[in-house]
Amino acid sequence: MSIEIQGINKFFDKFQALHDINLTIPDGQLTALLGPSGSGKTTLLRIIAGLETPEQGRIRFSGRDVTDLHVRDRRVGFVFQHYALFRHMTVAENVAFGLNVLPRKERPGKPEIRKRVKDLLEMVQLEHLADRYPAQLSGGQKQRIALARAMAMRPEILLLDEPFGALDAKVRKDLRRWLRSLHDELHFTSVFVTHDQEEALELSDQVVVMSNGRIEQVDTPLELYGRPDSRFVFEFLGQVNVLFGKIRDGVMSQGDAWIRLPEGCENDDAQLYLRPHEVRLTQSASDEAHLPFRIEAINLIGAEVRIELKPDGWECEELWEVGISHTEFNARQPQRGDRCFAVPDVGHLFCEHAVEPKTLEWR
Amino acid sequence: MAARKHRRVGDSPLVRRTLIGIAVGLTVLLLFMPLVLIFVQAFAEGWAGYVSNILNEYTLHAIGLTLVVALLTVPLNMVFGVFLAWLVTRFRFPGRKLLTTLIDIPFAVSPVVAGLLFLLLYGSNGWVGQWLGEYDIQLMFSWPGIVMVTVFVTCPFVARELIPLMQQQGREEEEAGVVLGASGWQLFRRVTLPNIRWALLYGVILTNARAVGEFGAVSVVSGNIRGETNTLPLQVELLYQDYNTVGAFAASSLLAGIALITLVVKAIVEWRQSRN
Repeated sequence: MSIEIQGINKFFDKFQALHDINLTIPDGQLTALLGPSGSGKTTLLRIIAGLETPEQGRIRFSGRDVTDLHVRDRRVGFVFQHYALFRHMTVAENVAFGLNVLPRKERPGKPEIRKRVKDLLEMVQLEHLADRYPAQLSGGQKQRIALARAMAMRPEILLLDEPFGALDAKVRKDLRRWLRSLHDELHFTSVFVTHDQEEALELSDQVVVMSNGRIEQVDTPLELYGRPDSRFVFEFLGQVNVLFGKIRDGVMSQGDAWIRLPEGCENDDAQLYLRPHEVRLTQSASDEAHLPFRIEAINLIGAEVRIELKPDGWECEELWEVGISHTEFNARQPQRGDRCFAVPDVGHLFCEHAVEPKTLEWR
Repeated sequence: MAARKHRRVGDSPLVRRTLIGIAVGLTVLLLFMPLVLIFVQAFAEGWAGYVSNILNEYTLHAIGLTLVVALLTVPLNMVFGVFLAWLVTRFRFPGRKLLTTLIDIPFAVSPVVAGLLFLLLYGSNGWVGQWLGEYDIQLMFSWPGIVMVTVFVTCPFVARELIPLMQQQGREEEEAGVVLGASGWQLFRRVTLPNIRWALLYGVILTNARAVGEFGAVSVVSGNIRGETNTLPLQVELLYQDYNTVGAFAASSLLAGIALITLVVKAIVEWRQSRN
């Protein structure tokens, strides 16, 4: 079931939480609503569910207008951030709740309900916990029970509010994979809210980046990371190195730093954004770029060695960060305080007078 | 290494014993002794005297009236308290803060003043009372008036117990219930009520204790008509003024008994609450 969101505006008193949101969430896909706190992502999710009412705009499920339909009649599955399990009910009673409150005519018989609950608990691999109370479960178990409970009504749309937010890193990773495989198996339309870029990029088919109640960009994870539309998306998605400068005759410069740009760049004030993996470190400057640094810190933990760089003879707001392989690190053995140069491979140029960023390549 | 006792500030045996001594002494002197004395006085004429005092026509009537007042007040304030707590914790509306403050008025105002207020409003010369008088309805100096002031005096107990709890529990579980298709009533019965039941019971116990024992407000609006508008606390006072000390204490022993039962139930409920 696809979800069409059209012209949604939402106010909390005088504060406008959502500004004219238009978005289509395709059938059977996993979509992430990504943004910092206060960006309106949870509000949008709650509007889709019907837990909040927008001041303006329409919500359609596969073309059917559900804007005025009450939450209980929308038949969506919703997983709350803090699980919201009924604390006075056992796990089995929690999962059965949706079936038990059906009108008598639609309600399956007791044995049927018992069977459905058993199947659902098997699906989340927790059938041995059926008689426990929520207080006796770990965070990861609660999360899976919450999911089983939401799935009990066989919804075609599953909405998840920060589903892994309160879990520790290891459990989070396991659950993420498990949710992905569950989704691939059952093919419902899922939307989940997160502020974790890694989670959004790893898990979803489509990512909606939001900030200040507006949609910044809607794209696949690959496109989003490779071609961000705006400075906001760039900075929000992962580490980024920025050079502020002026472009004069195809050369962008600031202090001792300069970089020769490929053809077609107008004279302007500009910012050049570079991902850590799009930059190489060398002992001497190249013909295209002169970006001198002093090594500020070296972090050996992880798949790559991360090197923090302090500009030498020019300025930037945050330290640059470059990743090099352990092999390269061992071969060169750079030390703290060493002078070195950065050479960009790919960069993204945001000009003061241009609407869209420009992707530059030096290779 | 020898274990050494670490003393914290103010933890010297002398200070500790003195404080405990004072606390125990005061408790015995001010709480326990009077309670025991009530029963001693009540049984001063033996068991037979006690029974005959209780079975006194007017005392029996006072017991009955007190029970009626409690039976009407408690359910009324239970419903009102749940409704109010639900309103205040689940909705945002202008004047919400003001409303939570207003709930406390019955606690802040002296019961006698509350009684006078009702007398002014509903008495035969009062604003509402005059109008009701035209239809031959008399609220003051009869049992409906007693119920009214008792309801007023005891109305914060349930809401006061529920509001912090419901605020702390939040509305997520209820939202989860609605998303799963529960109707308003199903939601209340299956989700909200089970979550607040112990606090609700606690509020009901307090309401009941106060409804049975209320003196000040009731004495203003009752008119002290023996065998008609006398509740148990008023009867105690009346008997005492008649120099019937044993009778007064016999009636008091009933109130004290109710208080003791209340304390036991309260302890059980608190224990259950802490377990959940």
